[in-house]
Amino acid sequence: MLKKEKKTILIVDDDFDYLFQMKSAIQDMGFEVIQAETQKEAESIIERTRPDLAILDLMMESHDTGFILCHKIKNKYPEVPIIIASAVTAETGMIFDVNTQEDQDWIKADLFLDKGIRLDQLHKEINKLLKL
Amino acid sequence: MGKLKLLVVDDEPGIRSGVLRIMENFSVSYPFMDEDFDFEVVEAPTGEDAVDLLSKDEFDIVLLDNKLPGIQGIEVLEFINQQQIDVVVVMITSYASLDLAVKATRKGAYDFVPKPFTPKELRSTIETIAKQLFLRRMTQKLNVEGRQIRFQFLSVLSHELKSPLNAIEGYLKMMQEKKAGELINDYNEMIDRSLFRVQGMRNLILDMLDFTRIESGRKSRKIEPIMLCEIAQQCIDAFQPLSIQKGIDIYLNCGTKVPMKADRREIEIVLNNLISNAIKYNKEGGRVDLSLGIEGNQAIIRVDDTGIGMKPEDVEKLFEDFVRIKTEETKNISGSGLGLSIVKKIIDMYDARITVESTPGEGSSFTIYFPLENH
Repeated sequence: MLKKEKKTILIVDDDFDYLFQMKSAIQDMGFEVIQAETQKEAESIIERTRPDLAILDLMMESHDTGFILCHKIKNKYPEVPIIIASAVTAETGMIFDVNTQEDQDWIKADLFLDKGIRLDQLHKEINKLLKL
Repeated sequence: MGKLKLLVVDDEPGIRSGVLRIMENFSVSYPFMDEDFDFEVVEAPTGEDAVDLLSKDEFDIVLLDNKLPGIQGIEVLEFINQQQIDVVVVMITSYASLDLAVKATRKGAYDFVPKPFTPKELRSTIETIAKQLFLRRMTQKLNVEGRQIRFQFLSVLSHELKSPLNAIEGYLKMMQEKKAGELINDYNEMIDRSLFRVQGMRNLILDMLDFTRIESGRKSRKIEPIMLCEIAQQCIDAFQPLSIQKGIDIYLNCGTKVPMKADRREIEIVLNNLISNAIKYNKEGGRVDLSLGIEGNQAIIRVDDTGIGMKPEDVEKLFEDFVRIKTEETKNISGSGLGLSIVKKIIDMYDARITVESTPGEGSSFTIYFPLENH
């Protein structure tokens, strides 16, 4: 197998436990992980680092922090794929119905996932976005 | 088709006619907007003209040059703020002036376009703003209909309930796959965290019950003569285990017995929430003072703690549903974010008011003033 450099994934979530679990799971998949617990922390990370992919929680300090961060990351690194993970997208459709094609175009995240997603499924999605 | 009114304020006629030409045949459309937007451009050669036009007419977007012959662009921006005019301001800057940028952003400018700009740059800036305006107006509409609030409450509730479930499930799976080792001791931290999240969920459910009781069950209220000091003493007794665990001393200071008329259960909820916060957000070995008394025709409940305190901007948000102040210090304190919003809802029913004083690192005090005559 070809030896490649490890891809770096930024995970932003204010849930300590979720962050811990995701970090461990994604490291197991063979990626480098950087993490942030707040919007501010995430912003200062993207100032200095370009991740290969970002996974953002939707609701953090405010109910749309994920959208705002997504917007900022895409502004700086348009080519970095972004996954927005939420515990509630499926039930409520959230503030905007992010499941419709139109809104996804606007929000510019590459993928919306429910946080309950199975890890193998998540791995597949990450590989797809990273074109691995 | 919708129309957005754009005011261009610049002393150079070339810039004004340029904007006019660029915007003339431009329209913005999005798949999620019902209609396209096009633009009507109005010109103002000076800041004075701009102020005049802005006070007479409504605009959606202002393209504002800073260097003007009379009053400066930044002063026009100040005027817009003072009059609370609902308009998006984009500054045109002829040279990159960091100072101006910072100043203007602080005063509410939305964006900048450098001068000279290409038609493409201007269009793309305007396009973003049109979208923003559309969303903002849609949100305002929802707010008016009161829908957003209920909707938000439900999404947040579902979020708050699902997050701990996801966390606990995640730890259980890690244990199932023996991620951290073969021994049960390898999982101590995960077990502690899981129990912590279970406790959080339990608190949330209990608070939810209080919450719905207040929201819906107003007819079951029983207003009767009560002695505030007696109830307070019982509440404090109930918190003994928690306070001992954290090494916190609670003092009750009662000038009189403070007789008043109220629903006993509601007063208990208020006291419980204030006391439990004063313990939870305290420091190891700290103290809580619960002082009750009557001043004039008001009964007063005051809770002082020697805890972690809050910043002024956090205090403002304190009484909203599901608001939790997130800092390094509160990270491991479990709470539903409903406690103080419940307190507020209850005291509103008594026409009472609550004030908060807080100093980060030193402590907080909450004071409730109950009017006595009506109850």
